[in-house]
Amino acid sequence: MSMFIAGAERIPISRKLTRMNMLVSTSALLMACLTFFAYDLLTFRDTIVQNLSIQAQMAGSTSVSAILFNDVETATQTLAALEAAPAVLSAEILTPDGKSFARYRRPGSPSGGPAPVIPQGQDEVHVFAADSVGVARRTVIDGTETGVIYIRSDLQSLYARLASYAVLAGAVLLFSAVTALIVSRLARRTVTEPIVEVATLAHRIARSNDYSVRASVTAAASSEVATVVEAFNEMVTGIQQRDQALAEAREQLEARVRQRTAELDVAYQDLEAFSYSVSHDLRAPLRHVTGFATLLGQHLGPSADERSRRYLQTMSAAATRMGRLIDDLLAFSRMGRASLAPRRVDLGQLVREAQAELMPDTAGRDIEWDVRELPSVYADPALLRPVVVNLLSNAVKYTSTRPTAHIEIGSIRSEDGDAVVFIRDNGVGFDMAYVDKLFGVFQRLHRSDEFSGTGIGLANVRRIIQRHGGRTWAHGEVNQGATFYFSLPEPA
Amino acid sequence: MTTELKRILLAEDNANDLELTLAALQQHNLANEVIPVRDGAEALDYLYRRGAYANRDDGPPALVLLDLKMPKVDGLEVLETIKGDPQLRLIPVVMLTSSREESDLIRSYKLGVNAYVVKPVDFSEFMDAVRQIGAFWAVVNEVPPGAASQEP
Repeated sequence: MSMFIAGAERIPISRKLTRMNMLVSTSALLMACLTFFAYDLLTFRDTIVQNLSIQAQMAGSTSVSAILFNDVETATQTLAALEAAPAVLSAEILTPDGKSFARYRRPGSPSGGPAPVIPQGQDEVHVFAADSVGVARRTVIDGTETGVIYIRSDLQSLYARLASYAVLAGAVLLFSAVTALIVSRLARRTVTEPIVEVATLAHRIARSNDYSVRASVTAAASSEVATVVEAFNEMVTGIQQRDQALAEAREQLEARVRQRTAELDVAYQDLEAFSYSVSHDLRAPLRHVTGFATLLGQHLGPSADERSRRYLQTMSAAATRMGRLIDDLLAFSRMGRASLAPRRVDLGQLVREAQAELMPDTAGRDIEWDVRELPSVYADPALLRPVVVNLLSNAVKYTSTRPTAHIEIGSIRSEDGDAVVFIRDNGVGFDMAYVDKLFGVFQRLHRSDEFSGTGIGLANVRRIIQRHGGRTWAHGEVNQGATFYFSLPEPA
Repeated sequence: MTTELKRILLAEDNANDLELTLAALQQHNLANEVIPVRDGAEALDYLYRRGAYANRDDGPPALVLLDLKMPKVDGLEVLETIKGDPQLRLIPVVMLTSSREESDLIRSYKLGVNAYVVKPVDFSEFMDAVRQIGAFWAVVNEVPPGAASQEP
């Protein structure tokens, strides 16, 4: 679009053509005129000089006797006859030794300077001034110089001629300019109109995305212009087709997305119904097992032997454990489906709340908490809390064999700006060979009689963190403790 | 200290659950007077003094313990009926069910349930829960006037 804004300052092609036309024709004519007139004026000036020379000769020959007999009066009269020539400014007769003999001056004109010296060997010399020209000529009778005639003439005629030539040139140039204008108008039809049409159409297409327009090719257009117009039309057709194909592809994609979404919705609903019945129907029989096992124990009373009691206890414990597994599985599946509502969460606060929640487990234990500076992160607090609780609870649980537990919680910033949180403990650790199993569902690296738990906590942690776009990993050494990490990306 | 007996209406369709709940109540001397009904229709019959309970002449129960999933009329419908009836609205209703589904929780509270207790799988925990329910609702809690029976 911006090129069209700048184009407002650009000159239209027809005007350019017109200007070029006029420039060419007027400059050519101007050159011709100037050359011709210059030549003519120079020739004219020579003519003036020639005339002056002739007049000098004539004046010289008619005043010979006057000079010879030293008749100043006759000489002056002869010179005065030059008044008849209106161009003559002044005339002077000089004696061979350079003294002024007779003079004439046209009334009203200033006197000219002294006569120029005629170089030896020459009979005549011409003098040019801005407004006059002068000729000095030796008068020679039978080889003897009798005197010098010096006549000055003005250049009026020259200037008059110059003026009329200027007017003529002006008229001619004006005529040529008008002609150039008319010719340009004609040129427009064949040269500029098709191009202008293409430009206008291109502008319109760019603004309105209407690909149905085409430029017309006039028969009079020149071959390159016709090529441009045809190529333009082909291009627009191409764009139109591609545009259509895109629209169709998009429509198909959207239809497919709609279909998939509908399928997903159905799958979700099935899952909802499934977990609903699981939570309700699977728990009831378990409850009955534990309930009646306990009642049986109470019923048998003191008469029950050790073994009977142990069997009953095992049954109850197994049923209870199954109940917990079901709960964990349900929670895990729910976590996977819950919608994420992320916002700024104060991680330090969350850790404090988790510690409070774990109070029943930490009572009576010697635990050294080392909680460092924790950043605020971008996450769903309802989902992040179980993550923190689970990781801390694990740390507490797996350090239970130590007299003093050290649990360190801190954070580092990764190179790509994510917040990385770690929880380090000095507990029993784990063998790095099994690190891949750590976050698996129901995977455990310790027997249930060593440490209680269903093995779903870390799977939950990984699931939740993954849903936030983060990563989970861990590092440990057998009997040297373990460190668990999770990262949470910062929003863009 | 009144000597009136606080009656508990217990709606439970599963025979085993019924037996366990009664046993738990009994062990904590909260049996008082427990009226067991096997589905929602019977529960409503009792409350409205119709059907098998047409000749009941005592007042409304002090507490209703409702299971969610029951045939004919389920717990939520009973709850809705009770809380929608100005005569019965004041009776405390406690949901005692194995469902922890959020949707059930939300719907129950929206209908105005007084408490929602999930039956734990572990029996000792269950007994404890029943004890707490009974102790609170049937002993500590002041029932709305007219709810308990006036005479022993």
